Amino acid sequence: MTTVLDLIDVSKSFGALKVTDGVSLTVPKGQALGIIGPNGAGKSTLFNLITGNISPDQGRIMLLGQDVTRLPAMKRVRMGVGRSFQIPQPFEGLTVLENLLAAAVYGRGAPEAAVADDCIAILRDTEMLAKANTLAGSLSLLDRKRLELARAMATGPELLLLDEIAGGLTEGECRALIDTIRGLHAKGVTIIWIEHVLHALTSVVERLLVLDFGRVIGIGAPDDIMASKDVREIYLGMEA
Amino acid sequence: MEKGQRMKIVTRTRAGTITGLMVVVLVLAGLALPAVAPRSLIQDLFFILTMLSLAQVWNLLAGYGGLVSVGQQAFVGIGAYAMFAMVILFGWDPVPAVLVGGVAAVILAVPTAFFAFRLQGAYFAIGTWVIAEVTRLLVAQWKALGGGTGTSLPREATSDIMGVELIRTLFDVREAAARDILAYWLALILTVCIIGGIYWLLKNRLGLALAAVRDNTEAARSVGIDTTRLKWAVFLIAAFATGLIGALIYVQTARISPDAAFSLTDWTAYVIFIVVIGGIGTLEGPIIGVIVFFVLQSALSDYGAWYLLTLGLLAIAVMLFAPKGLWGLIAARTGLRLFPVQRRLVGHDINGGK
Ligand SMILES: Nc1ncnc2c1ncn2[C@@H]1O[C@H](COP(=O)(O)OP(=O)(O)O)[C@@H](O)[C@H]1O
Ligand SMILES: [Mg+2]
Repeated sequence: MTTVLDLIDVSKSFGALKVTDGVSLTVPKGQALGIIGPNGAGKSTLFNLITGNISPDQGRIMLLGQDVTRLPAMKRVRMGVGRSFQIPQPFEGLTVLENLLAAAVYGRGAPEAAVADDCIAILRDTEMLAKANTLAGSLSLLDRKRLELARAMATGPELLLLDEIAGGLTEGECRALIDTIRGLHAKGVTIIWIEHVLHALTSVVERLLVLDFGRVIGIGAPDDIMASKDVREIYLGMEA
Repeated sequence: MEKGQRMKIVTRTRAGTITGLMVVVLVLAGLALPAVAPRSLIQDLFFILTMLSLAQVWNLLAGYGGLVSVGQQAFVGIGAYAMFAMVILFGWDPVPAVLVGGVAAVILAVPTAFFAFRLQGAYFAIGTWVIAEVTRLLVAQWKALGGGTGTSLPREATSDIMGVELIRTLFDVREAAARDILAYWLALILTVCIIGGIYWLLKNRLGLALAAVRDNTEAARSVGIDTTRLKWAVFLIAAFATGLIGALIYVQTARISPDAAFSLTDWTAYVIFIVVIGGIGTLEGPIIGVIVFFVLQSALSDYGAWYLLTLGLLAIAVMLFAPKGLWGLIAARTGLRLFPVQRRLVGHDINGGK
């Protein structure tokens, strides 16, 4: 079994606030891992550490067996890390299609002609085909979220990091999204998905991680995790 | 998806095709023009074309690349001086020496970028200006090229520039006029190459990266765009083109001095005016801008200080009331794009084509 991601005792503080606290984690190839935890637990920060948008104070990050702790974000994309932002960050002056083309051309290091068909396929899978020629700046929040997913897919990821992309979707849209992510998972893409919409998450992932105050307080099969007392407390606290 | 209805990605539009045809016609007419035009018109057109080229390059830097340089006169000056050096010190023909001007500008651009890229925003602008000033002061020490007072191209060099003899017999003009015609032709070709080259870059992957970085640098890095490399590429390309234009300008004037060749007003302030008035971040903008600039200059240049004051006030008014420039107003009203770069998906029911 090959591992895609290895975090070894990773810590990160913002000023006095320790946002990631000695996190160690191994994600085998092809796994779908869910991450839950209250707001401010450090979930998005963990993604930023994995993608290289921020660098850790301590610890090491390994991608596909290679130490990438000091590697800049754009190089990690080339190695196969695709990510969506919790707050959508589209290229507003480009159309939806062009957003995907930019991600595919640079994320894969391939010419435009070689990635065009794939971008069109991704637009279809994410139900954005009808908006292909729309400027990203004029999209609704929902479509911006879809674009986040589509653009992350366009980079051709081995490891796909999804940050709260189901929030705010209707029931039908959520099902479509789940189908899309399942499809990716079936193709062997490794997925880490941060989500508050638990039923969506648990219908896809085979492993669940709970983060609180920057620490891993539980990891294992979703059913076991959801049954544990600690998690229920945190979640009841969060939902209150 | 049904067969035979394959989707594909296109950038071509009707307006774009018409632009292409118009460019061909205009260039052919432009090449033939010296047969009928008086020398003064050829000189005016040379000025317009070189200013347009400088403006397009500055627009690439600032409008597309976000690199607001006010030190482009460094590359005009070094390009011009490199051309002079090849002619005076090594006996080159001025026309091939223009290429050396471009190369010299790139060589100067490397340390400039190392220094200026460490600076952000306004400091970057000031940094580029400081480097231009330092370069001017250093060049003024170059005694072989006239030091602070400058020098002229030697007569024997200007009298047998390649092609001048041919032009003299072709149009039956004197040598000085033939030299103007040659410079004008070269300016026309260079302008077409620069606009065509920038357009080509924008239509290709570089254009996607520039737009992505301009919209969201963080997200651009997260899809694998090397933002530092992109800045370097844009800066070096701009320096090369600016060096070529600078050298060509001084082939025509045939006389150089550090103050003129490194002039902030002539080679950067006017150029910024042209881009801002016409519309920054578009290829059409500088074309409109240079026409406005030339008209104002012809009408007002006798009034000295008033002329500069008018330019300044006009630029401020445009920035306040039409931040996208005159072309921005036209494009908003008509939806016209003479140089389409947007990729569109066709062959499918797609709404929101705009
Ligand atoms: N760049 C930053 N600078 C300072 N504080 C930050 C930064 N990013 C996140 N934080 C803080 O770190 C904590 C964890 O944030 P985040 O990782 O976004 O949490 P989550 O995604 O779990 O809601 C929050 O208190 C947040 O305010
Ligand atoms: Mg978050």
